[in-house]
Amino acid sequence: MKGNHRIIEVKGLSASFDDRRILDNISFMAYEKEILVILGGSGSGKTTLLKHLLGLYNIQEGTVSVLGKNVADIEESDLKKLYLKMGVFYQNGGLLNSLTVGENVSLPLEMHTNLDENIIRYIVNLKLELVNLKEVFDLYPSQLSGGMLKRAALARAMVMDPPLLFCDEPGAGLDPVSLASLDELLLNLKKQLGISMIIISHEVASILRIADRAVFLHEGKVIFFGPIGEAMNSKNPIVKEFFSKATFNI
Amino acid sequence: MKNTSKGSPTNQSDFEYEWNENILFLRKHMTLPHIEELIGKVLKDLPKFHGSTVIINLDNLDSIDSAGVTGIYYLQEKSAEKKINCRIEGGSDSIREKLEIFRYEKPEILQKPVKIPYLALLGDYLYYIYYEYILAFFTLTANVVYWSVTDIFKSKTTRKGEFYNQAVNIGVNAVYIVVAMAFIIGLVLALQSVAQLRNFGANIFIVDLTVIAMMREMGPLITAILVAGRSGSAIAAEIATMKVTSELDALKTMGLNPVRFVIVPKMHGSIITMPFLTILADLFGILGGMLIAYLYLDIIPTVFINRMGESLYNRDILIGIFKSFVFASLIVLTGSFFGLRVGEGAEGVGKVTTLAVVVAISLVIVADSILGLMFY
Repeated sequence: MKGNHRIIEVKGLSASFDDRRILDNISFMAYEKEILVILGGSGSGKTTLLKHLLGLYNIQEGTVSVLGKNVADIEESDLKKLYLKMGVFYQNGGLLNSLTVGENVSLPLEMHTNLDENIIRYIVNLKLELVNLKEVFDLYPSQLSGGMLKRAALARAMVMDPPLLFCDEPGAGLDPVSLASLDELLLNLKKQLGISMIIISHEVASILRIADRAVFLHEGKVIFFGPIGEAMNSKNPIVKEFFSKATFNI
Repeated sequence: MKNTSKGSPTNQSDFEYEWNENILFLRKHMTLPHIEELIGKVLKDLPKFHGSTVIINLDNLDSIDSAGVTGIYYLQEKSAEKKINCRIEGGSDSIREKLEIFRYEKPEILQKPVKIPYLALLGDYLYYIYYEYILAFFTLTANVVYWSVTDIFKSKTTRKGEFYNQAVNIGVNAVYIVVAMAFIIGLVLALQSVAQLRNFGANIFIVDLTVIAMMREMGPLITAILVAGRSGSAIAAEIATMKVTSELDALKTMGLNPVRFVIVPKMHGSIITMPFLTILADLFGILGGMLIAYLYLDIIPTVFINRMGESLYNRDILIGIFKSFVFASLIVLTGSFFGLRVGEGAEGVGKVTTLAVVVAISLVIVADSILGLMFY
């Protein structure tokens, strides 16, 4: 636990779609200035959980509190204010393909502040440099490599300096070297900017490098929640198998 | 009970089985090709053992695959149903290991579907159509109309220049095709009328026919159909792709309303440009009619224009322009509606794009008929 302040608190969250139980009585919490990794196999409900945390799905059962606000009964205007305090880094970047990288990264500043165009450009360049991207301001997302695309998306997610960053499988589709450098980047951001992060991942190598604590999902249920070190030594056969088989491949 | 039935269902050398009293000996290789016949024959023998015990002996089995294991467990299950205690015994380590790996899980018994009356099915279907399509379409329409009006008075809802981009994409870039098609339609319309009018000596009425038909019906309709095909599909594909690639989710989590950011500029762009496109279509359609009137009926342009002044009323022009507003809204709403309803992947994008064009053109024609009846 890095800080004492809870930034996310999920209690008894359940969700069903077309009579299929996707999330079943999920409870966990995340503290400020820590990296909490939500992990589990494919189809375990990780992305559905993330969409609930982001308020993109209506809460069917249970409560979800993000930065002190209950997402279940939040007003649209309050949800919008909440979004300004968090950045979201999507699996495939989520950059708008019709805009250049610079326009994408500057979009939140352009729409939510009255800053001068030159200052916005300065901030955007700073954020692009922070993620080791140079001379891409006028390029379109389709002109970037997979790794660059991810870093550009990360720059956009952080452009408003949010205290909380959500990342949906940031390492998906990256080679091991790019993945390691992305992990290093996330750790630096946490250290330099004090950002709390909720990361969805099933890349064990990456999880071991960056996570402070972990929530392990299996068939929509939490089967482990605690420090990453404890997860490694968990007696739960599924968690044990996940780490032993995955670390075998490292 | 003595039973000595023997068998080698497919090939003597591959697989053999033999009953010795209540023990079923399986030998050699029990694999997929042998299962069906073995099960069929053994099931026929099973009733003889009602209330007693049957043993499946695997000592002489050399190999087994997943289908073979399933077959053994299936026989065990069927025995239990007939009140026969069936045990599996013997077998090498590898055979026992496979029995564990491929342990048979009884499939869920599918319940016989309850027969639902046709009227109830029809009711369900109609409710589905109402809820998923009609209500959802009107909800989106209300949302888009609300933001389209309120955003006129607010500056910071979309990126700078977005309205201009959309107006160019939807309207300006469609000018050449609309003008060319309208000219040809006007030409053909007049040409088909020439022979009939000449028979009655009513040559000058070619002007009334061409002008009124183009202004009230053909101009707005042709423009709308072309824009629906061209821009309706583009709108649906763009929004669907944005949804599939999480761009819409990204907008939401940046605190931006996708309806205001993506759909409203398209609505503004099309509503502003469609009337101009329609007027251009009207003019070029009339020009086509004028050319035919001159070539086939010797009506010179001056006479054509004078007659046009007499036969055309402001009402005709306004009806055409009013229709263009309605059609523009329908095209953008339909494209956006289907774009937002995309399923997963590239296939989903293709499906909603096709649907958007077909529905947009159909709605335009239906709306044209209703407006035609209203302003008759």
